[in-house]
Amino acid sequence: MATNPRPQQQLAVWNDPQAVPYVQIDRVTKRFGDFVAVNNVSLKIYKKELFCLLGGSGCGKTTLLRMLAGFEEPTSGKLFIDGVDMTGIPPYERPVNMMFQSYALFPHMTVEQNVAFGLKQDGLPKDEIATRVDDMLKLVRLQQFAKRKPHQLSGGQRQRVALARSLVKRPKLLLLDEPLGALDKKLREHTQFELVNLQEQLGVTFVVVTHDQEEAMTLSSRIGVMNQGEIIQVGTPKDIYEYPNSKFVAEFIGNVNMFEGRLIEDEPDHVRIDSPELGGTIYVDHGVSSAPDATVFAAIRPEKFNISVERPNQTDNVVQGTVKEIAYMGDMSVYLVQLASNKMVRITQPNTYRHAEDSITWDQTVYLSWHASSPVVLSE
Amino acid sequence: MSARAEAPRRHRHSAGVQLILDFLNRLPPYRWTQSRLVRWGITGRTAVTAIPYLWLLLFFLVPFIIVLKIAFSEARIGMPPYAPLLTWIDGSVAQVNLQLKNFANMFQDSLYAKAYLNSIKVAAVSTLFCLLIGYPMAYAIARAESKWRHILLMLVILPFWTSFLLRVYAWIGILKNNGLINNFLMWTGLIDEPIVMLQTDFAIYVGIVYSYLPFMILPLYSNLEKMDLTLLEAAADLGARPFKTFMTITLPLSLPGIIAGSMLVFIPAVGEFVIPELLGPSDSLMIGKVLWQVFFTKRDWPAASAVAIALLLLLVIPIVLLQRAQAAEARGAHR
Amino acid sequence: MKQSSTFRLSVLVFGFAFLYIPILSLIVYSFNKSRLVTVWGGFSTQWYGRLLDNRQILDAAWLSVKIAATNATGAVILGTLAGLALARFGRFRGRTLLSGMTTAPLVMPEVITGLSLLMLFVVLDSALKQAFGWNLERGFTTITIAHITLTLAYVTVIVQSRLSSLDDSLEEAAMDLGARPAKIFFVITLPIIAPALVSGWLLAFTISLDDLVITSFVSGPGASTLPMVIFSKVRLGVSPDINALATIIVLLVTIGVIAAGIFMARQEKRRQRDMQMAAAAK
Repeated sequence: MATNPRPQQQLAVWNDPQAVPYVQIDRVTKRFGDFVAVNNVSLKIYKKELFCLLGGSGCGKTTLLRMLAGFEEPTSGKLFIDGVDMTGIPPYERPVNMMFQSYALFPHMTVEQNVAFGLKQDGLPKDEIATRVDDMLKLVRLQQFAKRKPHQLSGGQRQRVALARSLVKRPKLLLLDEPLGALDKKLREHTQFELVNLQEQLGVTFVVVTHDQEEAMTLSSRIGVMNQGEIIQVGTPKDIYEYPNSKFVAEFIGNVNMFEGRLIEDEPDHVRIDSPELGGTIYVDHGVSSAPDATVFAAIRPEKFNISVERPNQTDNVVQGTVKEIAYMGDMSVYLVQLASNKMVRITQPNTYRHAEDSITWDQTVYLSWHASSPVVLSE
Repeated sequence: MSARAEAPRRHRHSAGVQLILDFLNRLPPYRWTQSRLVRWGITGRTAVTAIPYLWLLLFFLVPFIIVLKIAFSEARIGMPPYAPLLTWIDGSVAQVNLQLKNFANMFQDSLYAKAYLNSIKVAAVSTLFCLLIGYPMAYAIARAESKWRHILLMLVILPFWTSFLLRVYAWIGILKNNGLINNFLMWTGLIDEPIVMLQTDFAIYVGIVYSYLPFMILPLYSNLEKMDLTLLEAAADLGARPFKTFMTITLPLSLPGIIAGSMLVFIPAVGEFVIPELLGPSDSLMIGKVLWQVFFTKRDWPAASAVAIALLLLLVIPIVLLQRAQAAEARGAHR
Repeated sequence: MKQSSTFRLSVLVFGFAFLYIPILSLIVYSFNKSRLVTVWGGFSTQWYGRLLDNRQILDAAWLSVKIAATNATGAVILGTLAGLALARFGRFRGRTLLSGMTTAPLVMPEVITGLSLLMLFVVLDSALKQAFGWNLERGFTTITIAHITLTLAYVTVIVQSRLSSLDDSLEEAAMDLGARPAKIFFVITLPIIAPALVSGWLLAFTISLDDLVITSFVSGPGASTLPMVIFSKVRLGVSPDINALATIIVLLVTIGVIAAGIFMARQEKRRQRDMQMAAAAK
């Protein structure tokens, strides 16, 4: 596999080999009949992290979350939370709470009763329950709605009740299944920041399941990208976006242009890839570890291109093409440029001043150029 | 950190419950029973399933096996009025006394065959009329304004909650020679002599259609009500006239509802006893009535059991059809 | 468009006339003075008085109500357990048989159910007599058992469909918050499905109150339910006090259904007001 070097973040706990993981998933597999929902997944999550499991539907992310909550038992492998093996411990005895995608608010109970439910199960004294419920409702700004039933609340309020109910027991670990999935776009953006603030304020470890890559990028300390029951890559949002380890990850997160080619120069400090698809060579300013002459893919993000009418003043990493489509999006414009090989390249350019997009029109011949650090070389 | 983390990993009950549980845990018989139950794998779940399970095994399945057994035994005078299938000779040799006579009888005696065919005919014709009346009604209710829909639906269901027997009884007063219809027709001068309607096959049809009409309307309504109206608009937009739209879109899509409704009428109508007894001619041959007479009048339990088994076999196909239609409807609801 | 709405209106008028004229005729003739039910002889309420003096009918009605109430309660308990098992326990061994046994009574001709249950009671009776010297008197007990077996199917279907439309994550959330399965059932599931259980109870009550065929098979001497008494009277022809009885039953049912209708309409109105409140609260 081609590996691209990346800057090390010395401060991060996950880079410290001495750090003790708070949640440890050890070679966990879950089968439903013949179907393998989760396949030999190992993962370490540290205290106070906000970890996102990201993937398409049916990739196993929810099953993994439900195993942490105790609704499913792993077929093989073990789960540890704070060093304790969770095998055989039913959901009602785990130091874990979950916020459900549907919120699962009890329809016959008021907001207050919903939030108090978990504390009552622990047999806490009445006055302590009352104070803790009150504090929690204050935190999520729902005091004036305490006596209402769930159906008398708006979607955003329900989401906050669900959050309050799952946090009030002060769990070691909070599991959130698509926490923002049911909210409309505007509310979702606002709520994302609220969720992050709350998590930092309370210092609870969060594991969030989402299919929305933007949500994962905004929320998480780290993301685990899942596909077909396996974890493909674990890393910070930046790692995942800038240094994807596979074609799957590169294509799943954001847009990418993929050029197939062959390594023709393979030096420790640079490589050169000959790509017939591109109609030229790609110079990359870092070495990759890959077999010489191997087929590789150079992945370049749309925003990493520069588009110009004049030939830019650089010898490497320039290619000519014809503009086929222009989509004006307001904050930026998207260009589809056809290369000599008929390959279409997607390019985005910010509209930094008014009418910035006017200089380029349909069927115009343009030059595409990029910085030597931009391509990511992938072997699969 | 949290109260939960420090506490021993064990469920906490309120103080009172905890006290009782602690006390119980100290009693040896309680602990013994509990450990036995756990060893046998008997949990709350098993108990929840087992109670209705045992009830239905005992009061639904076992009775059928008994009926099956009696259908193969010989009638005799005494209590119970049938001979055992197995008799022990000298306490060691078993003699099997399996009789096919009761079934053979059903083939030989043309009364049974006639009753059989007549039941199917009566049920089929009644089902057809139910469909002809019920479909337009279900359609009209499903397309009515939503504030009316609930009231109309309630009006369909209301008779179902009143006594079935009394609703059949009402038709005696309407159909008899000096009943409502004849009185009315004679008053208008259309007829001079009453038309004989009560104790005819016609009365049986009226009674069955009347009693089972709600069973036809309800599944049809629920099918038609959830039909996507934009499909009809699309068909109209593509140039289909209303009648054509109905024949090519509405009718095929409502087929599961038609089958479900028809089977809900057909199945009970085949075995119907009350309606032919009260409204039909005294010699009307319906299989349910024959079974009743064989059992209560002739007191021939084995013959009655054989008729029951035969009736059940007759209904296997309609029941399968019904279950398929209902499964199709359930799938449609989830789509 | 106009044409089709006239067509729909006339369909409804004729259809409902067909459904209701017989019932209305029962009511009208219950106030007929003449003994010849369908020949009008002036207004009178004498048949209601006769009805109230008829001990046989009153006893039978009381027996029917007792059986119906016991049956409905039993059927709701057993049907809830069966519905819970079918809707919530996934695929357990014998699930197909259970589901078959709960749906079969719905489509089984009553003559067969009645006959087979009677056979069982006869066999049970002789077995109990041999083993313990007990007598299984045919009457209240056997009728109730037979009715529970029949109506439990209806309750199971209602409960099962209510549970499968209920979000499983409600129960999971309760478990996640520390409640044990039995507690979850009583604190979360039961209150939410309570309306379904009420309608199941009412349905079981009505079916039991109305059943003639199964009851006739499993009942013994001295235990005559209301439908059995009505049937034996009606067999001999029309009789004005039966009309009076029918009127009373229709009246009770109508009041019940209208009350339920008003209650549901109120609920609906409140729900809509709440939704508006929720929208305004944003």
